[in-house]
This record gives sequence, C-alpha cells and structure tokens, in this order.
Amino acid sequence: MDKIKGYVTGVNGNMVSVKVEGSITKNEVGFIYVGDTTLKGEVIRVNGDIASMQIYEMTNGIKVGDVAEFTGEMMSVQLGPGLLTQVFDGLQNPLPDLAEKCGFFLQRGVYLDPIPNRDWDFTPCVKVGDKVRPGDAIGSVPEGLFEHKIMVPFGLRDKQWTVKKIVDAGKYNVRSTVAVIEDEKGNSKELTMVFSWPIKKAITCYDKRLRPDEPLVTKVRCIDTFLPVAKGGTFCTPGPFGAGKTVLQHMEAKNSEVDIVIVAACGERAGEVVEVLKEFPELTDPRTGRSLMERTVIICNTSSMPVAAREASVYTAVTLAEYYRQMGLDVLLLADSTSRWAQAMREMSGRLEEIPGEEAFPAYLESVIAAFYERAGKVRLRNGKVASVTIGGTVSPAGGNFEEPVTQATLKVVGAFHGLSRERSDARKYPAIHPLESWSKYTGIVDMDLVNKARAILFRSNEVNQMMKVVGEEGTSAQDYIIYQKGELLDAVYLQQNSFDPIDQSVSPERQKYTFEVLYSILEAEFKIDDKKEIRAFFNQVRQEFLDWNNTEWDSENFKLQEKKLKDLVESKKV
Amino acid sequence: MEKVYTKIESIVGNVVTVRASGVKNGDLALVGDSYANVIKLDGDLVSLQVFAGAMGINTRDHVKFLGRPMQVSYSEDLLGRVFTGSGVPRDNGPELSENMIEIGGPSVNPSKRIVPKNLIRTGIPMIDVFNTLVESQKLPIFSVSGEPYNQLLARIAMQAEVDIIVLGGMGLKYDDYLFFRDTLEKSGAMSRTIMFIHTAADPIVECTLVPDMSLAVAERFALDGRKVLVLLTDMTNFADAQKEMAITMEQVPSNRGYPGDLYSCLASRYEKAVDFEGAGSLTILAVTTMPGDDVTHPVPDNTGYITEGQYYLKNGHIEPFGSLSRLKQNVNKNTRNDHRSLMDSMIKLYAAYKEALEKKAMGFMMSDWDEKLLKYGNLFETKLMDLSVNIALEDALDLGWDILADCFEPNETGLRSDLIKEYWPNKEN
Repeated sequence: MDKIKGYVTGVNGNMVSVKVEGSITKNEVGFIYVGDTTLKGEVIRVNGDIASMQIYEMTNGIKVGDVAEFTGEMMSVQLGPGLLTQVFDGLQNPLPDLAEKCGFFLQRGVYLDPIPNRDWDFTPCVKVGDKVRPGDAIGSVPEGLFEHKIMVPFGLRDKQWTVKKIVDAGKYNVRSTVAVIEDEKGNSKELTMVFSWPIKKAITCYDKRLRPDEPLVTKVRCIDTFLPVAKGGTFCTPGPFGAGKTVLQHMEAKNSEVDIVIVAACGERAGEVVEVLKEFPELTDPRTGRSLMERTVIICNTSSMPVAAREASVYTAVTLAEYYRQMGLDVLLLADSTSRWAQAMREMSGRLEEIPGEEAFPAYLESVIAAFYERAGKVRLRNGKVASVTIGGTVSPAGGNFEEPVTQATLKVVGAFHGLSRERSDARKYPAIHPLESWSKYTGIVDMDLVNKARAILFRSNEVNQMMKVVGEEGTSAQDYIIYQKGELLDAVYLQQNSFDPIDQSVSPERQKYTFEVLYSILEAEFKIDDKKEIRAFFNQVRQEFLDWNNTEWDSENFKLQEKKLKDLVESKKV
Repeated sequence: MEKVYTKIESIVGNVVTVRASGVKNGDLALVGDSYANVIKLDGDLVSLQVFAGAMGINTRDHVKFLGRPMQVSYSEDLLGRVFTGSGVPRDNGPELSENMIEIGGPSVNPSKRIVPKNLIRTGIPMIDVFNTLVESQKLPIFSVSGEPYNQLLARIAMQAEVDIIVLGGMGLKYDDYLFFRDTLEKSGAMSRTIMFIHTAADPIVECTLVPDMSLAVAERFALDGRKVLVLLTDMTNFADAQKEMAITMEQVPSNRGYPGDLYSCLASRYEKAVDFEGAGSLTILAVTTMPGDDVTHPVPDNTGYITEGQYYLKNGHIEPFGSLSRLKQNVNKNTRNDHRSLMDSMIKLYAAYKEALEKKAMGFMMSDWDEKLLKYGNLFETKLMDLSVNIALEDALDLGWDILADCFEPNETGLRSDLIKEYWPNKEN
C-alpha cells in the first residue's frame, strides 16, 4: 500500500498544517521532509483535507510546499528486552546513543532504535499447537534481574491464536523470528521479541483489575506510616520551588520496594537528571544487591527540549510501566513534573485556538489528567499473577498556591496527597510534607487507629501552638504545654527524616512499626511535671535520645542500649 | 536569487504580512532597512516580526528574504565590543560579518552533561562563602526595583575569575548602559567583555533577541574551551517583551497576561548553562526584578522552578536567608575544611542576632548574650555583607573567624573543637 502523502500549507510555532492527499487518522504519526532531515509529528486535528500536525522538534526551516508523509500508525513505543537501565527522551530516543552520534547537542530529526540490537538467550514456554492470546508469554529471556517475558503483541485482535512454529531454546537476535502464530481464519503472523504499542492507549491484556490494598513501602516514615501509598495506587506531590519535590522523588526512586522504577523527568532541570544518571549506577539496591540502575528506566525530556515531545514523555513512561506489569512485576512510575506536561498541553491548545479554560489551560485538562492516573492499577494477569503500576506525580503549582487547575484536577483522581510546604522547608524540616494538610486513602503498615490518634495529638499540638502565639507561654496550662511538646516530638523524631544519614534515610517497615509503638506509648503517657521549663528540658532530652536511637542500626546492640536509655528516661517522669 | 516583494498585506503591531512563496519558517528578511524574521506561514501569507518595530513601514516597502535564519558573528573580535539586540554595533567599531553562527540552537543532550564541580570566585563573601557560585550554574538575582543590582552585576563582571563575560542588557535605562560601559572600561575588564544591549528606548523585538544572541556567542566560546559567565539584566523586561508580543499577536494569555509558554521560553534560555566535558563552561547570572517584591509573580515564580537557587538582593545586600545556591555542596567540601561549618555557624548566629534585634526593638532587656549578638551582627553586616567588600574566599573565611573571636568565646559558636583548635585566632598576638 502506498503511503499517504501531503504537503505543508502553513507553519505556526510547532504546529504545521498539511494538505493531505488521501485518508488520514487522527493521532497518526507523520514525517515532514525538510532539506535532508525528517521531522516527526503527530496529527492532532483534521479539518477537510487539512491536517494539523504538532511537530516534536523545532520547526525552523519548514516551508510551504515541503513534503509530508504519514505512517498510518499512532505515536508508539518499541517494547522488547533491553529497555532497562536505558535513558530515553520523550519519544524513546536513546540519549547516550544519540550523544555518540551527534555530540554535545540534540540534533533534530535523528531517530534511533530504542531496543539494542543484540542476541538474547531465548527459552520458549509454549509448544506447537498451543492456544495463545495477545499478552500471553511465548517464552522469556533473562534481562538483568528479571525473566523478561516475550509476549504475543498486545495489538493483535483479541482472540485465540494457535502456535504454528516455535524455535528451540538458544541465542537469537532480538529481531529474528522466534514464533509463528495463526488465527482460525488461517492468517499467520511472525513474532520477534520486539513489537510496538501506541503510547496513548492503555494496555489491558489482563484478567481483571483489583483494589489497591497492599502498601507500597517507600521507607520514608512520614509516608509509610501516616500517608501511605498502595501498590497500584496513585499519589501526587505538589509543592513550591525549593520545597524538595525532586529530592523526595529521588528518595522514593531509590528506596521503594518495587521491582522496577521508571523515572519520567518531564520538563524539569537537566541537572537533576544528571544527578540520577551519575548516582544510581553507584548505588546498590538492598533487595537484590545489584546496581539500582538495573531496575530503572529514565525518560527524560527536560525543560529546554521540544515541548510537544514533553507531552508525549509521560505516556511513553506509563506505557513502559504497563509493559513490565504485564510480566507480573510491580512497577513504580515517578513523573516530575506533571505541571510541565499540562503546560505543554496548554501551549498546543493555544496554537489550535481552542477556547481556553481556567488560566488558559484547555477545557479537557481534567479528563486528560484523570485518564493518565487511571492507567495505574493493580491487576490479576491471566496466569493468575498479581502485578501493579503505581503512579506518583509531582505538581509545580504557580506561586506555590494549590488552588490552581493542575493541582486541583490531580487531587480529584489520586489516592494520596503529599503536599509540600514552604514553611516546613524553610525551617529545614525534611521531608517537607505537611502532616496536617496531606491525606491518603490507603492503609499503611501501622494500625490506622493508632496513626489517627497520633495525628489527633499533632492537630491539638498545632492548636496549642497557635494559641500560645497569642497568650504566650505563661497563659498556657502545663497540660496543654505537654500536648504541644508531644506534637513537636512526633514531628522531630518521626515525621522528619535525615536523608543524608546512612541509617535514617531508609527505614524498614519492621523498624517503623517498632519505633512507632514506642513513640505512641510516649504520646499516650501522662507526665508528672508542672514547670514549663522542666517540661521543655524533659522533652528536649527525649527528643535527643530518640534521634540518637534513630541513628543506630536496626536490631543491633546499640539499638537495644539506646532503646533502654530512652525508655528509662520516659519512665522516670511518667505518672 | 533574492526576490523582492513590494506588497505588504497588513501591518499589525510589529508584525507585517506579505504574500510570498518558498519562504522557510524562522528565516531572516529585510523589511525596508530593518531586519525581520518569519514567525508564521499560512499558504502564501508570510508573517514577519520586524525587529526595529513596524512604525513607519509603508505598504509599498521592499521585503527581501535572506534565505537564512538569524545569525550572529563569532570571533575573538567580539571582545570589548557593544552591540544591539539584533547584532548591530552600538559602539563606533566596524560591523562584523565573518563566521556567522545561528542563534537559539538546539539544547545539550542531558546524557552529555556532567555534575558541576568547579566554583567561580567572585570576591564577594556573601557569594563565595555563603552561597557559592558554581560553574555551569544558572542563578537569578531576585531584586526589588531600586536595589543596586546593576552595580552588583558590574562588580561581578570586574571581579569574577572567568575568561569571558557576556553582558546582555534588556530594557536598560541609558544611564545604566553608560554606567556598565564606563565601569568596565575603567577597571580594564572591558577587554574580556562582550555586550549586547537593548535600552528601554529601543524596539521591543530586539529585547527578546538579547538572551539568544548573548547565549549563542557564549556557547561557542565555551565550546572553544573558555570559562564564560553570562550576565543578564533584567529578565523581567524580557518576559514583559514576550508578553507584549504575544498579546499583539492575539495569543491567549495564561497568568497575569503572560503567554502560556513563559516557562518554556525562560527554560530554553537558562538551560543553556552547561559544563562541556573536555571544553569550557557557561554560567548564567540573571537579574529578575520582582514587581512589588512578590516572589509569586509569574516571572520570578517560573524562574525559581528553572534555576538552581537564587540570590535575594534586599536593602542593598545579598540576604543570607532566602538566598540559596543549590549546587554549593558540590564544591564547598573541597575549598577549606572549615568552610561548611563556619558558614553554618555564622548563619545560625546571624539568625540569633536578628532575634535579638527584634527583642531590642520591642524594648526588652538585653542580656550579655544579646549584646554579644548585636556586636556580632553589626560586624557581620559591615565587614562581610556589604557589597563593596572584595576579598578572596580564604581571606573571607579568616575574617569570619576574626569576627567570631571578636565577639564570642569559642564554645559559644557551636563549632567543632578540632576546627576551633586549628583556626581560632590567638587574641594575645
């Protein structure tokens, strides 16, 4: 079949109008030939025979009459073994390979193969005559830590296919045919280890979706205990600049107990990606003893890279996440920042001259954000395995004000809200998650009843603190003052966490449960001190001992010694 | 062959449209005798943005397409010269047309970036000691109008230990331009400086070109192994120029009239800051005035999300609180072993001084400790915070120890004992 062609009739920013000769699909990918480079774009509107394309590159040099060619396929990513440890841009271009080819700068119009061209040890798991459906495994290859399942492409029509041919175990090139399948009408299909999938379509080759009810351990106390995230759930982290969004996400990326982490750096600083790139290969994953990079894929479309590709980057990331979920793995997708993605939509909407909604964001902002977060989920696969995609997105609200469209649209659809506050980050209280304003709908690792009681004390403490600002310490009763100090203690020794301390930076769930119980017993206790000076001195001491306890190794000799010291101190003043 | 068109279809704001064919998006053209670039193509209708403004343009004026995008000359001859936003000499020197390079080029591949590791000494203690400037960093100077930000930039231009300074002025008052020129000439720093100056009276389109011109030139020097510092003043004028142009082109405004792509506009410029492995580096220091001292105003707000920290200029000095260099920990571990600890304690004591000052203002009794703090705060402000202080980092650290020794006993400073043993000045001598 001949490819549909067209020619350029207009250029406005990164939107190009093309007069098409033939039929055209919305959202299909096309190329524009400019001199000897080809620029990739996506059809976002069709009007008569004029297609509006958003170009993923700078549009300088395009002229009226330039030839366009359409592929008939939607914007897709290549799925296959070899994705892990890689660094891609928003369109799945491998950046290190690009650097090797083009040097320091991102030359436009260069598209490289994302799947490394190499041989893999293939082990089949089906035999001739077996029935398979899209998403079913036909074999596997070892990719780093995992059995990378080679699956029947998700895009085939969802019905029974019969395996007609399957190769024996052995080394095969990633693009050589490993199987032939046939449907009941006799249409046969050759399968390699690689296939493509459109990024804006969710992968649904599973049995059914389950409720996200199992906590995802991030080893951040404040999150796991107070504001838990569930496997297959969603959470968002809004915060003003300098509040530590990216640092918190990096902590989550490093310490979370999941199989695979996909980091989508969307429209943020390039320097931060470099930190991940240099740091992760050096760090070891405590669960496997291998380099952290081996479980990581980075999608990086930083702020100075083309805006349209930024819009695609979060979808590229979530598609890769869904692909690995299909193999029975737990995947965590961290997107930083979804505001930049929303801004990319806003820019495009402006070019299309759509009627703007609030703050000029398009009217469909909310539904698009909702649809994106809905791609998270815990599922039962057809082989009975349970797997999940968890999505955490940061939001960068203008002026740090959460009453803006992107934050609000996000809050409607996520299961947990970790709001960062400038107040706390200014006071160097990290992670700067605001403990009272934030919320979570998931169950955590600690008994939720106790957590709620602890939170109530925090709430009371805050009230007392507000009151004290008016009436002074003198006007506060000793009872209230103790409540105030208890809240401060909870904040200092539990909610705050030192990400630079080798021990305190990641706290195992067992340790969290254990220390929380001790802390809770202190919060519950009544103390027989009346003098405020004495109360303050006592709580200062408790805090000091507790912090020292936090810095001892779990279950070590010192840990037990320090625990005793702390408990003795508390006992000495108890009623 | 260059075709000349003589029928201008419309003139709106600074944008003229002509009917022409074979024109490429982003190309340069001459409208009358002013440069213009192609910003939109629609069939054979070509929209051109005229750099010098469309005022005085006649519908019969000649439009000539040059078949190339906006370029700027790059050579050593640029040093010591002053140009306008469109690259025309502003001094009496000759026009440069050799070795033309494109402006607004592609961005650096993130996988080619390296972790910044070299500090830039400026001789200003509030920067060197407390918020170190690092090579390849991008930092704005947040300031209220009326603060001496241009004086600060001029000082940095004179004192910073870099090879080349590129100064981009946007919406400068003419006196400020003269101030920069005269100060740099007098100090001898002009020979390593290139200036792209748009004054408030110049056409608005040129204002938006200044950062691109400055950064394109700076990038080439960096690729050739030079350590380049780009000083931009004032990015709020740049953003306002973008706003003005967007609104005349009937774009939908997003926040307080600014275009929706303000973030991308600013980011694509700031992200030019880079350290090339095996070559030079490009560092950006840009003044952003905050209308009404409001950091949530769209320009400083978007800037804050892009840059790696910020300097707050307030009451004539760089504020120790609120100012932040996100990259300082990459370098201040390698300067001198007392750098970090001294920095932290001095800031903590200064915060205590502020509290004591508040107490004093409310008429409370001053304790001995408070008196010590007041003395310390005073010394700190005059000897270290004053913008006219120009001393090397090591001398500034020594001075810090002297100030502490003048005011406190060693154990009052909260510094580690081994550092005190090594650095505490011996008063008897």
